[in-house]
Amino acid sequence: MERQLKIGMLYSRMRVEEKWILSAMEKREIDYDRLDDRTIHFDLNNPAPWQEYDVVLERSLSYTSGLYALRLLNSFGVPTVNMASVAEICGDKLMTSAVLAREGIPQPHNATAFTSEAALEAIEAFGYPVVLKPVIGSWGRLLAKINDRDAAEAVLEHKSTLGSVQHSIFYIQEYIEKPGRDIRAVVIGDRVLTAMYRKSQHWITNTARGGEGELCAVTAEIEDLCLRAAKSVGGGVLAVDLVEHPERGLIVNEINHTMEFHTMQPLSGIDIAGEIVNYVLSVASKEYVS
Amino acid sequence: MASVTCPECAAEITLEADTEVGEIIVCSDCGVDLEVTALEPVTVQLAPMEQEDWGE
Repeated sequence: MERQLKIGMLYSRMRVEEKWILSAMEKREIDYDRLDDRTIHFDLNNPAPWQEYDVVLERSLSYTSGLYALRLLNSFGVPTVNMASVAEICGDKLMTSAVLAREGIPQPHNATAFTSEAALEAIEAFGYPVVLKPVIGSWGRLLAKINDRDAAEAVLEHKSTLGSVQHSIFYIQEYIEKPGRDIRAVVIGDRVLTAMYRKSQHWITNTARGGEGELCAVTAEIEDLCLRAAKSVGGGVLAVDLVEHPERGLIVNEINHTMEFHTMQPLSGIDIAGEIVNYVLSVASKEYVS
Repeated sequence: MASVTCPECAAEITLEADTEVGEIIVCSDCGVDLEVTALEPVTVQLAPMEQEDWGE
């Protein structure tokens, strides 16, 4: 008798997305375990309990915990969605930008500096306004639009003095006058499932910050750009965020590796949770290649 | 339908039928975020504060 696949879902909170994913697994009668990242531990000398999983789907809220869990699982030979190498790139804006630049995929103009003095010099070279972003962080937190030198000096000093060491990796990005919206597309494997505009009067259009969703047709251009972007970071289950640049057209702003889709699923009418589970199953049934 | 007392304001909170362990519910009286830690019987605790590296 063929062995049934065993799936683990690593999570921190049972958000609506996790409930939809569990429901999709139950519908498919999958053997799965819920793995709360606050209660698990890894004994590095005894990977066997983890190696019982054919694949682990990572849905941790904490980027750091999720990333280390993925690294350990992959080192044990356990495939994950997404792979640690993908999370390493997507969870760090600077790494994402570096990969997009290497692959020639259009993105905002970025610069990086490691001291506030060097960052100020880079900002002055950009011209105002510019945007400062933490390299690690999400939901539109701690983004700063810098309109002049006074603001630049103040924010750089605050980040150097009050922030963790990571806040002294200054990630500077051109400010883009976007048309009150950006675009989020869901990419699973080699398919762009759906896309939506995220609209807001605020320059931060993230739905976690109050941006509203509206369905966006997946044009050939959007599809091509999203697939190239997803492939560049290693592929998997990804949300690609695009911005409509007034001069350069569509560019990739960021790529998320543990996407939320509570707005997207009801808006599109597409069973994104089910598609994620189908993808997880396809990874589980393939031989793991590191 | 299961209910639980808010540990912050003592209001009685009724849970939805499909509530899961690990889910966050909001007390309709005081607005605090509560994490469901067990279902039979229902227990809740104040939800952890958002951390800097949380997100998607």
